[in-house]
Amino acid sequence: MSTAWETVIGLEVHIQLNTQSKIFSGSSTAYGAAANSQASAVDLGMPGVLPVINAEVIRKAALFGLAIDAAVAPQSIFARKHYFYPDLPKGYQISQYELPIVSGGHLDVETAALGKRRIGITRAHLEEDAGKSLHEDYAGQTGIDLNRAGTPLIECVSEPEIASAAEAAAYARKLHALVCYLGICDGNMQEGSFRVDANVSVRRRGETTFGTRTETKNLNSFRFLEKAIEYEIERQIDVIEGGGQIVQETRLYDPDTGETRAMRSKEEAHDYRYFPDPDLLPVVIEPAFLDELKSGLPELPDARRARFEQTLALDADSAALLTSTRATADYFEAVLASAGGATPERARLAANWINGELAAALNRDDLAIQASRVAPAQLAGLLLRIEDNTVSGNAAKSVFEGLWQGEADAADAIIEARGLKQITDSSAIEQFVDEVIESNPEQVEQYRSGKTKVLGFLVGQVMKASKGKAKPQDVSRLMQEKLDT
Amino acid sequence: MTDALHRVSVSTLRAGLTAGDFSPAELTAHFLDRIERFDSGLNTLVTRCDEGARRQADAVASQKAEALSGIPLIQKDIFCTEGVRTTCGSRMLDQFIPPYQATSAARLAEAGSVLLGKANMDEFAMGSSNETSYYGPVRNPWDTDRVPGGSSGGSAAAVAAGLAPLATGTDTGGSIRQPAALCGITGLKPTYGRVSRYGMIAFASSLDQAGCFARRAEDCAHMLGRMAGFDPRDSTSVDAPVPDYHGGLPADPGMLKGLKVGLPKEYFADGLVPGTRGCVQAAIDELAGQGAEIVEVTLPNTGLAVPTYYVLAPAEASSNLARFDGVRYGHRCEQPRDLEDLYLRSRAEGFGREVQRRIMIGAYVLSAGYYDAYYLKAQKTRRLIADDFARVFEQVNIIASPTTQSTAFRLGEKLDDPVTMYLNDIYTIPANLAGLPGISVPAGFDQGLPVGLQLLAPWFAEQQLLNVAHAYQLLTDWHLQWPEAYA
Repeated sequence: MSTAWETVIGLEVHIQLNTQSKIFSGSSTAYGAAANSQASAVDLGMPGVLPVINAEVIRKAALFGLAIDAAVAPQSIFARKHYFYPDLPKGYQISQYELPIVSGGHLDVETAALGKRRIGITRAHLEEDAGKSLHEDYAGQTGIDLNRAGTPLIECVSEPEIASAAEAAAYARKLHALVCYLGICDGNMQEGSFRVDANVSVRRRGETTFGTRTETKNLNSFRFLEKAIEYEIERQIDVIEGGGQIVQETRLYDPDTGETRAMRSKEEAHDYRYFPDPDLLPVVIEPAFLDELKSGLPELPDARRARFEQTLALDADSAALLTSTRATADYFEAVLASAGGATPERARLAANWINGELAAALNRDDLAIQASRVAPAQLAGLLLRIEDNTVSGNAAKSVFEGLWQGEADAADAIIEARGLKQITDSSAIEQFVDEVIESNPEQVEQYRSGKTKVLGFLVGQVMKASKGKAKPQDVSRLMQEKLDT
Repeated sequence: MTDALHRVSVSTLRAGLTAGDFSPAELTAHFLDRIERFDSGLNTLVTRCDEGARRQADAVASQKAEALSGIPLIQKDIFCTEGVRTTCGSRMLDQFIPPYQATSAARLAEAGSVLLGKANMDEFAMGSSNETSYYGPVRNPWDTDRVPGGSSGGSAAAVAAGLAPLATGTDTGGSIRQPAALCGITGLKPTYGRVSRYGMIAFASSLDQAGCFARRAEDCAHMLGRMAGFDPRDSTSVDAPVPDYHGGLPADPGMLKGLKVGLPKEYFADGLVPGTRGCVQAAIDELAGQGAEIVEVTLPNTGLAVPTYYVLAPAEASSNLARFDGVRYGHRCEQPRDLEDLYLRSRAEGFGREVQRRIMIGAYVLSAGYYDAYYLKAQKTRRLIADDFARVFEQVNIIASPTTQSTAFRLGEKLDDPVTMYLNDIYTIPANLAGLPGISVPAGFDQGLPVGLQLLAPWFAEQQLLNVAHAYQLLTDWHLQWPEAYA
């Protein structure tokens, strides 16, 4: 990107709250049920039925407010937002307008280019999700599935303070991790539990007024978010540099082409005719309730990361990776607990295995860490055998693979069954060393004539002969002693 | 005795059932016969439930006897009744059969009452004459060339003609009290929040309140006792204990002694027809004669009530009626060309003129640029009106006034003049804006047409309201007069 240009980004994130039932009805919020099987009279907007607020929704929204260091309103108001669409059963969406439940918070995000920056959060309000319009499979007609109608959402609106696509992705990742830490959202982006709208504008560096913005809607992966914003920035700069003007409009990102395209312009925008919903009382949050929530707040990602760095002496990158999701950090701590406690050495070992071998396996099989085929206690069992030198690093990898494939429940059983225990008896190793010296006179001669690099080959031969069970350090020491005498 | 079953009180009917003088089936048959005989001339019912009523009456015999068990009643067609068509007086819901029951209807059904039918009403409760119904106007039993009032006109006319001892209604701006007055019966609108709104098709959510019609205040006491109470499905219903309203009624009019009755001077000003004024004055003299202390009071913001109401009620209505889009239920136009055509034609065909008028007014006052000037301003004046009442109730126990400015008008007389029609509710609307309970009781006749006395009480003082109304009815027999053809 040309350095003559500056980017201004604001994100609106729809966070689906993981309550059992919907925001204003008792229907289940479970994903993937048969169409309209989870739509009650209230969700269908039948005549005469009334919404009743789900108290758990209020609790989760307040928890979110506390976690982003925002003000949780002592009184917030639900309002009706009117527009006609077939998947909006009442002809209005119950949302919050003038008095949202959360206002004025922030997130600290870090990127390579811009470093650590604080991004303001303007507000976060509660609203109900709409249903889904299904345009395929109905022979030119549209099917309506109202299972999602009434699912509780927080819409979290950032200040227009994000300065790059990478920073937008970092912000979204941070927010995603936070809501998962808080246990208020399942974080499943494929199922739409966390959807991002990106408001993007550009201006020449030094200008103080904002350029005209576009809004790219419903980005459901961090990668798409970053790519869509990158595309949009370039597009807008091209338009302006080519003498054109940016049109304020809603755009859609096409992951196949990597481009955004116009969906509807501002001229077609609705007058939503907001007014306070007379069916619902103001949401009142007492200070005592907030105090109770505060004391029950889980350790948040930034604090946990700092603790990993300070008390476990992990390096910054490892700590950041481990705390990127609550589940990963929980896994890490479970491994340490199972291994009988944390020492800096063990913490480093566990971190390397989780961020390395385990992450690769999860990635290969497309699994979340919660669904890992190797449980924390199993990994702990393996790490203990590495610590006490029972297995070599290479052998440990094959033990891990065995655990992953369900060969046995415990590392010890696999080590035993495969005979992977390292040979620590030096007379046994000595025997292998003697055999290798005997059968490789040429290499021995080379070594003795000063070409000591050949040692590696000789040690390798011993390792091969011992089927990897000898400890390489021991082999190397013995071999040198024998050759040097 | 059985040929006069429509003339006696609910307590008397209940005693007759208990004594075995007649069976629930015979009682129900009596009213079904009367409906068969008289309703074609009055058009009080949209849907008759003869078969269901007989079945319910047969089932009552084995039930534990309580005040309403075996007692027939009519539901205004705004209350959703499970498995029974509920039209709200609109073509939009001509075929609508709810799969659920309004809470208040469910409570009355659980009490053992027998549903005779669903009462005609102004479309979506928008009207003061019952002429906006898709099912045609209801006629006033006292003069079938005249309107019964509205919007609960079918309910009021049915009780006035003895087609049912009891009926439900809803009151958003006077829709119970005004037809009660025009039909010469008793109509009670409880405090906002006293009766659940769940399953009651919404007109203006912050004003709508379910209530009841009967000849006698004591019968309303029986009915309210069953309808009232907190409902977890209605956030605006109030969690306050429900007294035994009937058990709390006075045995004699002695309670009127020392009662402070306020007469708001704004309710006796220009526009009040002399004949109506005379009846109301006589009723007040009757109360004074029993030792009530009559005090003139002022509700200075009364003049703001009708304009305030005609901003807020249409605003809420335009929103509440957005769900009738032809997509999931209700009227859908033939062969829609596209989505917009589906919306436009379904709604244009499904809604009548008055409903369309109010939707347009409502959408206008809520639209960007007008919201502050109309909706927000109206919320402020609404507060002023409520404050007026709060101040007056520091001085008096109850407010008495005419229910309407005049007696029932002729069919068609005001239909083309909405503003005159709207002004019909000038004495009833303020109580809705303030959320207060009110009752209209028969207080005489002007040229053969009934006149109503309106009583208003402080929030949740329904017992006091019923007590004063009952005491008045112990002293008078206006409520026991019958239109000759239906006696």
